[in-house]
Amino acid sequence: MSVVPAEVLPGSALAVEEPVREAAELGPRARLWPALAAVYRAQLSRARVARIPLLFVATFQSVGIMILMRGVVDGGGEAQAVVAGSAVLVVAFVALNLLAQYFGQLRASGGLDHYATLPVPPAAVVLGAAGAYASFTVPGTVVTAVFGCVLFGLPIAHLWVLIAVIPLAGAALAGLGAACGLLAPRPELATLLGQLGMSAALLLGVLPADRMPEAVRFLRDLLPSTYGVDAFARTFGPHPDWALVLGDLAVCGVVGVVSLAVATWAYRRAAVR
Amino acid sequence: MCAVRGLTKTYPAVRGRRGTPATPEVRATDDVRLDIRGGEIFGLLGPNGAGKTTLVRQLTGLMRPDRGSVEILGHDIVRHPERASRILAYLGQESTALDELTVSLAAETTGRLRGLEAARARAERDAVLEELGLTALAGRPLKKLSGGQRRLACFAAALVGERPLLVLDEPTTAMDPVARRAVWSAVDRRRAERGTTVLLVTHNVIEAETVLDRVAVLDRGRVIACDTPAGLKEQVAGDVRVDLVWREAAPLNVPEVAALRDRVVESGRRWTLRLAPEEARAVVATVTGGAAFAALDDFTLTTPSLEDVYLALGGAARQGLVKG
Ligand SMILES: Nc1ncnc2c1ncn2[C@@H]1O[C@H](COP(=O)(O)OP(=O)(O)O)[C@@H](O)[C@H]1O
Ligand SMILES: [Mg+2]
Repeated sequence: MSVVPAEVLPGSALAVEEPVREAAELGPRARLWPALAAVYRAQLSRARVARIPLLFVATFQSVGIMILMRGVVDGGGEAQAVVAGSAVLVVAFVALNLLAQYFGQLRASGGLDHYATLPVPPAAVVLGAAGAYASFTVPGTVVTAVFGCVLFGLPIAHLWVLIAVIPLAGAALAGLGAACGLLAPRPELATLLGQLGMSAALLLGVLPADRMPEAVRFLRDLLPSTYGVDAFARTFGPHPDWALVLGDLAVCGVVGVVSLAVATWAYRRAAVR
Repeated sequence: MCAVRGLTKTYPAVRGRRGTPATPEVRATDDVRLDIRGGEIFGLLGPNGAGKTTLVRQLTGLMRPDRGSVEILGHDIVRHPERASRILAYLGQESTALDELTVSLAAETTGRLRGLEAARARAERDAVLEELGLTALAGRPLKKLSGGQRRLACFAAALVGERPLLVLDEPTTAMDPVARRAVWSAVDRRRAERGTTVLLVTHNVIEAETVLDRVAVLDRGRVIACDTPAGLKEQVAGDVRVDLVWREAAPLNVPEVAALRDRVVESGRRWTLRLAPEEARAVVATVTGGAAFAALDDFTLTTPSLEDVYLALGGAARQGLVKG
């Protein structure tokens, strides 16, 4: 069916030597920001197509938890912690759990080959996907926060702080999720790690910290989502201590940078075997 | 343009776990030497498991060989695997990275990641989708397409952002004839206009015979022959292929039939023999007359195909190559 003749003569090929030539010029490389934007856009569209039902699940789960907890907590600080914890739980569900699952499956099925044979910086693939998953949580987190404020009678004046909480907690959790997905030796393990991370965020983030035993509280301090929860919870008070809020957010930011760097390293390692 | 020397890759043995049986060590690429010339459509033909994918993954920088060298357009791909992505476009066997995107976004994003400016990526996307007859499907997610359509969409993505070398791992799997024709004319057009070189992996004999300029036959990780399809067939040109299909079992009580036993390739009720023409005539005379005839269901005589070349060269697999 080939209509164009090759400019080659038939013959025994095993013996053919080509003369040594200068190395050919390489094709262009994708730069970090345009590549990141392209991955982000593609991943967000993927999430929209395939993950909308899961966002509903995540939101209903958080709303359900708040309704259940209404009978248990006695207003005040505990209510603030429950609302903040439930809102950040949506982020944990999507950014940590779903992203760990996604990268685990992508790696196991050979899907990483697609990115690995494109001249794209590893950071663009990881950050683009993490960013898209974190953005995807926005509607669920906002709905949960507003619903919680109404349910527990908390002020909504400072809900704008979500503009900082979602990307920073999102970066920390998405980085962790991506790292789990890319490092886990098998996809089932990646899924399991994502689920465990989310369960931890649920149990340790939503339940009021003062009622926890010492050891559990220590675990709570190790979980990056905790700092997102605390930052958000502090803003419900009449006179929020903004320095502490900033401090908590800074922890999220640092964990985000570190975990995304680890995820990028893990991606590079997984892409070329 | 692409020179491969002494390439060797062994997958380590895997100890069995519950549910997954242990697998022994596999030498999937065994001292492979190849030279692909600029502007040719070069094929790797072999049955499933021959090591075709493993070989191209080493050429595309996705896998590090244990030993050997790969040079493409003067670049050492073993030492600088990251350069492969700037020389070649790769269509792998998996589409999972693109599955949930629309055809249009898959092609555009791939172009962007191949370093194209936004406007250029969109323009090339539109041109390639049009060329391959995918425009009507542009808005559909790949997941919702048939296997062949999805494959064609992935092929489209591989074409956005031009590269001098296309590495295609079984590109036409599951495609209907229309889609296949679209693939081959897109390949031919690029070769005519830009001198694009194509490395094509296939286990389809007909495809190999019709589209390839030269073909390397792979068996258990080794290149057992490399020539033009016509040149390879000449090696077995004198032979005739005789296929005998028995009703139930071969009548081994007939001495002439029993004598053939050592030389046949058996596949169920089917016996396949490659014989010199006079021998073939004698065999046909034997089985169509006398005692053997009662056991015979059908027989055919054909000139050899690349499949016979594969078998004649000592190819071990009795299945896995397909025709058509
Ligand atoms: N990741 C892997 N781990 C272990 N063995 C593998 C792996 N991939 C392929 N193999 C083995 O290597 C051989 C060649 O496989 P492959 O290159 O996929 O063949 P082909 O593409 O020709 O069908 C097969 O025996 C296969 O079982
Ligand atoms: Mg293969």
